Amino acid sequence: MQSAVASPDRVAKRQRIAQRFNEFIDSHYVISDSETLKPYECDGLSAYCEEALIVVLPSTVEQAQKVLKICHEENIPVVARGAGTGLCAGAMPHGDGVVLSMAKFNKILEIDTDARAARVQPGVRNLAISEAAGDYNLYYGPDPSSQIACTIGGNVAENSGGVHCLKYGLTVHNLLSVQFLTMEGELLTIGSEGLDSCGMDLMALFTGSEGLLGVVTEVRVKLLPKPERAQVVVAGFDSVPKAGDAVGEIIAKGIIPGGLEMMDGFAIKAAEDFAKAGYPVDAQALLLCEVDGTDEEVAEHIEAVETLFRELGATSVRTSQSEEERARLWAGRKSAFPAVGRISPDYYCMDGTIPRGQLTHVLLEMQKMSEHYGLRVANVFHAGDGNLHPLILFDANVPGELERTEEFGGKILELCVEVGGCITGEHGVGYEKLRQMPAQFSDSEIEQFHKVKRAFDAKELLNPGKGIPTLRSCQEYRSLDLDLTPNAQVSANSNTDAGEFRV
Amino acid sequence: MSDLTNELISQVRDAVEAKETLAISAGGSKAFMGRQIETDRTIDVSGHTGIVSYQPVELVMTARAGTRLAEIESALSEHNQMLACEPPRFGGKATLGGTLAANVSGPGRPWYGSIRDHVLGVRLINGEAEQLRFGGQVMKNVAGYDLSRLQAGAMGGLGLMTEISLKVLPKPATTRTLKFAMDQAEAIQRMNSMSGQPKPITAAYWHNGELFVRLAGAASAVDATAKIWGGDELAPEVALALWADLQDQKPALFNAEKVWRFSVKGSADVLPIEGDSLINWGGAERWYAGDHSFDRMVELAESAGGQVSLYRGGDRTDEVLHPVNPSIQALQQRIKASVDPQGVFNPGRAFGWL
Repeated sequence: MQSAVASPDRVAKRQRIAQRFNEFIDSHYVISDSETLKPYECDGLSAYCEEALIVVLPSTVEQAQKVLKICHEENIPVVARGAGTGLCAGAMPHGDGVVLSMAKFNKILEIDTDARAARVQPGVRNLAISEAAGDYNLYYGPDPSSQIACTIGGNVAENSGGVHCLKYGLTVHNLLSVQFLTMEGELLTIGSEGLDSCGMDLMALFTGSEGLLGVVTEVRVKLLPKPERAQVVVAGFDSVPKAGDAVGEIIAKGIIPGGLEMMDGFAIKAAEDFAKAGYPVDAQALLLCEVDGTDEEVAEHIEAVETLFRELGATSVRTSQSEEERARLWAGRKSAFPAVGRISPDYYCMDGTIPRGQLTHVLLEMQKMSEHYGLRVANVFHAGDGNLHPLILFDANVPGELERTEEFGGKILELCVEVGGCITGEHGVGYEKLRQMPAQFSDSEIEQFHKVKRAFDAKELLNPGKGIPTLRSCQEYRSLDLDLTPNAQVSANSNTDAGEFRV
Repeated sequence: MSDLTNELISQVRDAVEAKETLAISAGGSKAFMGRQIETDRTIDVSGHTGIVSYQPVELVMTARAGTRLAEIESALSEHNQMLACEPPRFGGKATLGGTLAANVSGPGRPWYGSIRDHVLGVRLINGEAEQLRFGGQVMKNVAGYDLSRLQAGAMGGLGLMTEISLKVLPKPATTRTLKFAMDQAEAIQRMNSMSGQPKPITAAYWHNGELFVRLAGAASAVDATAKIWGGDELAPEVALALWADLQDQKPALFNAEKVWRFSVKGSADVLPIEGDSLINWGGAERWYAGDHSFDRMVELAESAGGQVSLYRGGDRTDEVLHPVNPSIQALQQRIKASVDPQGVFNPGRAFGWL
C-alpha cells in the first residue's frame, strides 16, 4: 500500500511522465493528484487498494499506443481498466504504474445485421450492445450480473460468463475478432469475420488473459436472434440435495435451459427481504429455471420442467406468466449480492466451479467450515454450469475478521479443486486468487504460463503481479498448506459420486 | 483401451535429448491436411485410447487423445448425447486429438459450436517432456491462460495432447430437413435470413442448386418452423445420410485434386471462383475445387472478411494456410518456443516458419 505522503522521487517521476502524456493527451485526462486518483484505487473488490502513479484516459488508439510506447521505454507497469467492475482486483493499480483507462472508447462502430455481428470499442458497456442490437431483434449472449456497467473490453480480459452461459457460452464463444495493442504499442488483430482462423487459436489464448497479454482496442462480437419467448419456473425445495437432483434431471431430459440458478435458504431470505420477488422464504433451496426459444418450444419445455419439479418433491412451483413477472422473479436472484450486503456489514464473494454432482458434498463441507471460522455464508449458484458463488458475511471493522474470511474463502476454493473443479469460473484470478493458483496448477504449469506471458510481453510490464503467481510464492504456499481442508480425506473419497449412473 | 502416457513421455524425452523432431500421428485420417513435413521420427498416439470418465448428467466427457470419434460417439449415444460439433469421422479413423489439433467441425458448428468451443481442458506433454494440465472438467474455468483451446488449429505444434475433456450435449428430440431449389446467391441470402430468426435451425448448406436446412429441437418448435419455412421435406433416413456424408466430407468436391476451404463472413457475396463449390455453415464455410492461384484465393478470402486454406492437394511443401502478418508470425513463433523450445513437435506442419 502507498503511504499517505509520496516520496520526492515519486513526485518527480509522476510529474515527468504526466508531462510526456500531456504532450498528446488533454491534461484533464492525465490524472496525477491523489484526490482524483482515489476512485481508481480499486476495482469491484475494494479490499485491495493501491494508488497508481498516473491514470490516463486516451480517446484514440494512437494515444493509447503512445502511452504504451512511453511506458515500455521507461519500464513503467501498465494496468488496463474498463469500468472497474471486476471482482478479483485484476484492475487494481500497480503502485509504480500507469492505469490505462479505456473508458472513452465507448462507441458502437457497426452493427452488421446480415452477418449478425457488432464491431465495438472496448469501453462499450455489455448491456449497451444488446440494447443497440435490440432494434434489429438481435442481442449479445454473455450477460454477467454487472452487465449494466461492465465493458466489453473487460469481458474479453476476464472471459466473462453470466446466467445464460450453459446454453449460450462464455465470452470466448461469442467473439469473432479482437484488435489489441501489445506492450510495445504495436496494433495487432486476431480472429476475423469468419468463425475460425488458420493456425493456433490466439483468440482463445487472449480471451480471459486478464490484461496480461495486451490492451483491447476493438472487438467484433457475434449477435444472436432474440428468442421469441422466455419464461422462468421458480421452485422451492426443502433440501439442497433435492434441488441438486432436480438440476441433473432437467439435463438428463435433454433440456438445456437458458438459465438455471440455485440459491440456498439464507440467500432466499435475504433476496426476498430486499427485492420482494415472491420467493418461498421457508424453502431450503430455490431453483430458477429459465427456458427460452420459440413459442412452441418454451411451452413444451416449461410444462416438462414444472412436472419434473413437482415429481421431485418441490414444495412450491411458480411460472412467470408475463414479462413483468419474469423480471420480478429474476430481480431476487440478480440482487442477491446487494441483498446479502444489507444483512451484513461486508461480504466476500467466491467464484469456484465444481462438477454439479459434488454440490451437496461441497455445501456440507462449507457448512462445517462456516462453523469452524464462525462466519456465516450464503450461496448463490449458477447450477447449470457448476459455478458456485458463496458469499461469506463478515465485518471488516472487527479485527482479524477480514483475514479469517480470506482464509475461509481460500479453503472453499481449494475444496472446489479437490472435487475436480477450479478456483475461478468467471471472475478471474487477478490479485485476489494468486494464492490459490498452486492448488490448481503445478510449478511446471505455472512456469509455462510465465513463458507464454513473455512471448507477448518480454519485459512483463502489463498488469504485473496479477493472474499468475511467482514460483517462489507457489513454493511458500505448498510448504505452509499441507493439510488443505478440514476434511481432506472425505473430500478425496467423494469423487466417485458425481452422478455417473444417474441417467 | 490403454494408457500410454508414460511411454509417450519417455519417447518425447528421448527425442528432446537426441535433438530429434517428431511427427505426431494417431488415426492418420488427416495426413492430407497441413504441410508435408519430414521429421526424424513419428510418435504414434493411436494406442493411447479410452474414455477416462463420462458423466452424462454433467455433460462432460474426458478421453485419451488417440480415442476414435466412433468410440466416443457410441458411448454418448447410449445416453442420448452427442458431439455437437459434428467432426468428420473419416471412415472411423479420426481421433479426438487430431480433431482438436486440426480444429475440424461439421455442419452444426455455427449453432452448436466447434470442437474448440467444446473443449474444457487438455493434458499435454510439452517440448521439455513435462506433462501439463490446462483447463479442467467443468464448464467454466478462467484460471490461467487458455492453453487448451489454443491447441485448436495448431496442428500438433504446441505439444503432444494426451487427454481432452469436452462438453457434450443432449441429442435433439426431433430433426427435420428441408430442401429448396435456388442458386448460390439466393441461398446465401436465405441462409443468413433464416439464421437471424429465433428458430431451431442447426445446419444449412448449399450444393448444386439445392439448399438444405436442418431443424432440430423440441418437436413442437421444429414442426411449427417447418410449416412456416416450407420447402420439400426429406425422408428421415435420407436426411440422416445426407448430413452424415457432409459431416464426413464424402461429397466428391472434398476429394478433388485440389480443394480450397474458405472461412469467411457468413453473409459475404458469392465469391467469383469457377468450378464446383459447396457452401456450408450457413454461408460461413465455403468449399471450392480446382486449380487456382494461392494468392488470388487469399485476396478473395480477405475481401470476404475471412481466411482460406489449401485444404487438400497441390504442393504441400509450400504454405497451405492463410498467411499472417510478420508481427503475428513472430508472436506465434515465440508462443511455439515457449511450449516447445527445440521445435520437437510437428515442425512446419501448420506453417513453414513454425
